Amino acid sequence: MNLDAQTVARVFAEERGRILATLIRVLGDFDLAEDALAAAFEAALHQWPGEGEPEKPRAWLIRTARNKAIDDIRRSLVVDRKRDEIQSAMAPEHAFVPAPDDADEPAVGDDLLRLIFTCCHPSLAVDAQVALTLRTLGGLSTEEIARAFLVPTITMAQRLVRAKQKIRTARIPYQVPDESDLPERLSTVMAVIYLVFNEAYAATSGDTLVRKSLGTEAIRLGRLLCDLMHLMPQRSGPRGLLALMLLQDSRRNARVTPDGDLVVLDDQDRRLWDQEQIHEGLSLLDETLRAAPADTYALQAAIAAIHARAGHADDTDWGQIVALYARLFTISPSPIVMLNHAVAVAMSDGPAAGLRLLDQLNVSGALAGYHLLPAARADLLRRLDRRVDAVAAYREALALVGNEADRRFLQRRLAELDPPRA
Amino acid sequence: MLSLTLKTLEPTMQYLLLIYGNESAMKTATEADRNAMFAAYGDFTAGIVKSGHMVAGDALQPASTATTVRVREGKTLTTDGPFAETKEQLGGYYLVEAKDLDEAIKIAARIPGARVGSIEVRPVMILPPDYPRPARRA
Repeated sequence: MNLDAQTVARVFAEERGRILATLIRVLGDFDLAEDALAAAFEAALHQWPGEGEPEKPRAWLIRTARNKAIDDIRRSLVVDRKRDEIQSAMAPEHAFVPAPDDADEPAVGDDLLRLIFTCCHPSLAVDAQVALTLRTLGGLSTEEIARAFLVPTITMAQRLVRAKQKIRTARIPYQVPDESDLPERLSTVMAVIYLVFNEAYAATSGDTLVRKSLGTEAIRLGRLLCDLMHLMPQRSGPRGLLALMLLQDSRRNARVTPDGDLVVLDDQDRRLWDQEQIHEGLSLLDETLRAAPADTYALQAAIAAIHARAGHADDTDWGQIVALYARLFTISPSPIVMLNHAVAVAMSDGPAAGLRLLDQLNVSGALAGYHLLPAARADLLRRLDRRVDAVAAYREALALVGNEADRRFLQRRLAELDPPRA
Repeated sequence: MLSLTLKTLEPTMQYLLLIYGNESAMKTATEADRNAMFAAYGDFTAGIVKSGHMVAGDALQPASTATTVRVREGKTLTTDGPFAETKEQLGGYYLVEAKDLDEAIKIAARIPGARVGSIEVRPVMILPPDYPRPARRA
């Protein structure tokens, strides 16, 4: 019995997204599909132990869910008719339309793509896109998503309800966008996935376990998008994004101590880096760069790759990193890229050269309020032996910092320069 | 076995495309610019009439001609100007028939005003068939 429950749970984990994607197409409604799917899994829990796991579990679940949904609608139409006259007046609209027969194994890939593009439709707010993607394509519960984004569960639930309402009411189509819209729509999807990934590392307090699962989830979604690439030939973007996430995530075990303290790249024990992920990331990046001009994800992946290839911090090819940040700035001119460029210049040409760039950035005010700018200045001032200026900059960074791991790191550095008197 | 779908039989929906733009910028436009804009709207309108998307559409007099009406405790209160003072003002609208939001967005993107202002795309609520409504305008 227990083993069978495990079988159902395994099928649930592996197939939920795919089944849901098909059910939404067949039933034409997110909520209806979710309810039907839940009912089908319940039926599986009851029937599989006695009858054994069906030969095609996914097809069984889709069939069962579809039949349940149809039964439910029939029943509710009968019950509602008297109670709700408007509803019954609209009954023709809710009539059953025989659709062309779906084979039991329909083009699942197509349905998944439809689901991805619908969840990440640009007419939905970004936070709704993220929530809907994690809820339908990811295996995360509403409560888990709420915890990961530090909002009350009720808020997250409302966000999901509103998003699904908009899909229904404004009639956001359940389809893969046509060729002319594809580049823009694909970049929205990629932005959502990368946002989920970054949230896993934002480490602004909160539940670290849930955050870790966000990272896993983002990589899984990135992989899914890559797997579906054969449906969108000539699009190499998702591979670059997956490469970037794999390379950044490969340092996961080295970037924090068991106590949760942040370890900067220079000080990380590179033996803890996940070589399998690095290997996969590097070969994906290779493919991407051969296929098309590098986009922002591919360029960031290329930067991460240079770190990944350096066996020791001193072996890092900082000159190349400087060049890559300069290229990144030409396609994505943001002050954050400028900050990273300046830090790379400091590593390549010395702290004084980097500090000049950081000071320009500081004067521009473009990153006012962002703790990593004074933190980077503090580090260069420290390396230039300008102790008093460094202490002031660390204090400035500490006044702005939001997350606990960064705060402890800055406090440690400050204490080294300016030991607190007992 | 036949699979059944729960889908609306209506092949299309109506969307109201509200055209917002900066009136003061339009006032300072040159005669040639204004003529070009007028011609562009003419082409666009002819296009969506031909494709069968157009239900209705009009240009509005400037927001300075607007009056806002409220009834409070049985009294009618009228004030000068639009309901909300915003940087961009409602300048016109199209009511279109489209199969889904993506098609409505594509139509909205072709409105000449989209290049200088913004278009708000609002799905029209579906009311019961016996709800009072006038005969459709030709």
